[in-house]
Amino acid sequence: MSTIREGAAQVPAEKRPGVWTRTRRGRTALLYLLPSFILFGVFVFYPMFRTIYLSFFLTDQRGDAAVFVGLDNYRYLLESAAFLNSAKATILFVLYTVPAGVVIALFLALLANEKLKGIGFFRTVYSSTMGVSVAAASVVWLFMFHPSIGMFNRFLALFDIGQIQWLLDPDWALFSVAISTIWMNTGFSFLILLGGLQNIDEHLYESAKIDGAGYFYQLRRITLPMLSPTLFFIITISLINAFQSFGQIDILTKGGPAQSTNLIVYSIYREAFVNYQFGTASAQAVFLFLCILVVTILQFKFGERKVHYQ
Amino acid sequence: MKKVELIDVSKSYDRQKDVISNINVTIEPGEFFVLVGPSGCGKSTMLRMIAGLEEITGGTLKIGEKTANRLPPSKRDLSMVFQNYALYPHLTVEENITFGLDVKKVPKADRKKRALDTAEMLGLTDYLKRKPRELSGGQRQRVALARAIVSEAPICLMDEPLSNLDAKLRAHMRSEIRRIQKRLGITMIYVTHDQVEAMTMGDRIMILHSGKIQQIGSPIEIYNHPANPFVATFIGSPPMNLAAADVRKEASLLVLANGTEIVMPKGSLDEIAEERVTLGIRPEFLMPPVTGEGLPVFDAEVTNVEVLGHETVFSFVAGEGEWTAKWNGQWQIQPGDRIPIAVDTGSACLFSLEDGRLIRKAADRQRTVTKEGAAL
Ligand SMILES: Nc1ncnc2c1ncn2[C@@H]1O[C@H](COP(=O)(O)OP(=O)(O)OP(=O)(O)O)[C@@H](O)[C@H]1O
Ligand SMILES: [Mg+2]
Repeated sequence: MSTIREGAAQVPAEKRPGVWTRTRRGRTALLYLLPSFILFGVFVFYPMFRTIYLSFFLTDQRGDAAVFVGLDNYRYLLESAAFLNSAKATILFVLYTVPAGVVIALFLALLANEKLKGIGFFRTVYSSTMGVSVAAASVVWLFMFHPSIGMFNRFLALFDIGQIQWLLDPDWALFSVAISTIWMNTGFSFLILLGGLQNIDEHLYESAKIDGAGYFYQLRRITLPMLSPTLFFIITISLINAFQSFGQIDILTKGGPAQSTNLIVYSIYREAFVNYQFGTASAQAVFLFLCILVVTILQFKFGERKVHYQ
Repeated sequence: MKKVELIDVSKSYDRQKDVISNINVTIEPGEFFVLVGPSGCGKSTMLRMIAGLEEITGGTLKIGEKTANRLPPSKRDLSMVFQNYALYPHLTVEENITFGLDVKKVPKADRKKRALDTAEMLGLTDYLKRKPRELSGGQRQRVALARAIVSEAPICLMDEPLSNLDAKLRAHMRSEIRRIQKRLGITMIYVTHDQVEAMTMGDRIMILHSGKIQQIGSPIEIYNHPANPFVATFIGSPPMNLAAADVRKEASLLVLANGTEIVMPKGSLDEIAEERVTLGIRPEFLMPPVTGEGLPVFDAEVTNVEVLGHETVFSFVAGEGEWTAKWNGQWQIQPGDRIPIAVDTGSACLFSLEDGRLIRKAADRQRTVTKEGAAL
C-alpha cells in the first residue's frame, strides 16, 4: 500500500508466494484425481506392467517368473504357425464383424428414426440385444446353429439346400461366430447411433426439403456428416470389441474346429490357463495390446479428419 | 413474383381443436406481408403450411394460380428463413449459401458467382470460409438470409428472423431486408411478434389472435382504425386506453364507471344504437390542457409517473382501471396529484361492448408538410 502512495509509476512486484502456496491448485487437483489413480493403478496399470514383465520370462506352474529369456517368447510366437493362424483369424474376424455390424446398426437406426406410429416398439426390439448377456446369447445361437435341430439348417432344408455344419466346418465356423457377434453388438451400436440421429436438428431437414433435396441427398450431405462423431465412436468401440471377443468363442466353438476360430484372446486364455505358459501368453497379450493401439491411433489419425464436431 | 392465396384455411394438430381457422387472405405479388400476433397464436403454423412443412387440414392454398395443398415443399418455389436459422453446422458459410443451388444442379461457375454476389450484398465476404459456430448471432442471421436470397425464389417466408438480435442490429437488418425485398421484387411473408417490425416493414399487416384473423390492413390504417379492442391494445406502445362507458346521447356525453364525464363532439353519438360501449383512446390524444386548447377537459388522479426526458408517461385512474397518457416534454407530476387532462375526442374509437366491433372510427390524423414547412 505504502509503495502505491509514494509513486504510482512504481508498481510493486508482488511478493513471490512460497512453494506450498504456489502448488495449492496442483495439490487440490491431485486429491481429486487420487481415487481414479488408485483404481486404475490396481486394476489396469499393475496388471499391464506385470504382463509386460512376464512376457520376458519362462514361468513355473503357479505363474511366477522363473527364467529370464529376453525376447525369446516373442521370437517363438512369430515363428509359431498356431499364433500366426490366430492372428489371421482375428484379422478376418474383425473384417467380418466391424463393417457389417456398423452398417446394419446404421440402417436400423435410420429406419427407427422415422416418425411412424408404434416406432417405439421397433426401437425397443432393435436395441434389445444389448440387454442379453454374451453367454445367454451364445447358448441361443448354439441351438440355432445345431446341424440337425437348428433353425438355420431347417430353413435351408425347406429349399432343399444341403446342410451346413455351421460350427463344425472349419470353412464356416469363423463366419458363424461372426454372425452371432454382429447380432450381439447391434443393440448397443443401434442405440448410440439412434441417439446421434435424434440429436440432429429437424429444421436442417426441413430447410433441405424446401431446397428440394431428396432422401439420399439429405443422407449424404446432412445425416452422415452430422453423425460422423457418433459413427467414429461406434467404429472405434466395435474394433476394440472385435479384437477382444472371447465369450462367444468359448461357448460356441472353443477355438475349433482345426483352430479356425482360435482368436488371439482365446489363444491367450488357453496358453495361460490350460497350458500354464504364462510367459508366451503374456507375450501374446502384449502383441494384441500393440495391435489395438496401432489400429486406434491410425483410426484417430485418418478417421478423425473426416469427423465434424459441433 | 407470385401471389399466395389462402381460402378458408384451417389447421388442427389433434383433429379436434383448430389452432388456425378460416383464414382468408390474398398476398399480392411483390408485397411485403407481415403476420403479427402474440406467442402461440399460430403464426409459425401458418408459415409452415404455406411452405408445405405442415399438412393443411382444411381449405385451399394457392400459390401463383395453382392449388398447392398437396405440393411438396420443393415444388412450391419458395425460400424460408427459420426462426433458429437452421444453418448446416458442418458446412462453411459458402457451402451453406450454395446448398440449395447444389441440389438444383446449377452450373458450378454460376453457383460461385451467385454466392459471392449475395455474400457481398449482405457483407459476408470475409466470413465465407468459416463454420456457422464461428459467427456471431447477427452474422448467422445474415447467412440464413443469404441462403434464402441466393435461391432467387419468387416467394420468401421468414419466421421471426430478427428475434435474437440486439436493438441496433435489428434496426439495421429491418431496413436491409426491406431494401432487398423491394429490389428483387420478392413476395415476402414475414412473421414477427414485434410491433415495431410490423409497423415499419409491412405493406400490409395481418393480426392473428388464437388462430383467427383480427384485422388486415396497412400499418397506419390498423393504428388509426383498429377493428377491435384486441388490435387496439396489440398495436401501439403504450397501448390504447380502453374503458366501458355509458352513452348519454342527448348531452353527447360518455360516462365512465367512476363517474368521469367525457364530452364528445356534438352529434357524434347520434348513430350509436348501444347504451354502453367500449371507449378507446390512444395515450397521445390525452393532452395537457395548454396544448389541447378548446378540447374537453376532465380531472383524474395520477397513480404512476415516468419521465423519459423527451416525454412524460403517466397513468391515472379512469373508469374501473387505469389509463396512460403521453405528454411531450418533462412534467412535474407526482403520484396522488389530481390534474386536468384534455381529451382529443375526435380521435376516440368506440367499440361494441358485446362483440368488440368498431362502431365509431377515429378521425384521420395524417398530416402533410406544406412548402413553407408549417404543419397543417
Ligand atoms: N407439432 C404440434 N403439435 C401440437 N400442437 C402444436 C404443434 N405445433 C404448434 N402447436 C400449437 O399450435 C399453436 C400455434 O403454434 P405456433 O408455433 O404456430 O405459434 P406462434 O404464433 O408461432 O408462436 P411464437 O410467437 O411463440 O413462435 C400453439 O398453441 C401450439 O401449442
Ligand atoms: Mg413461432
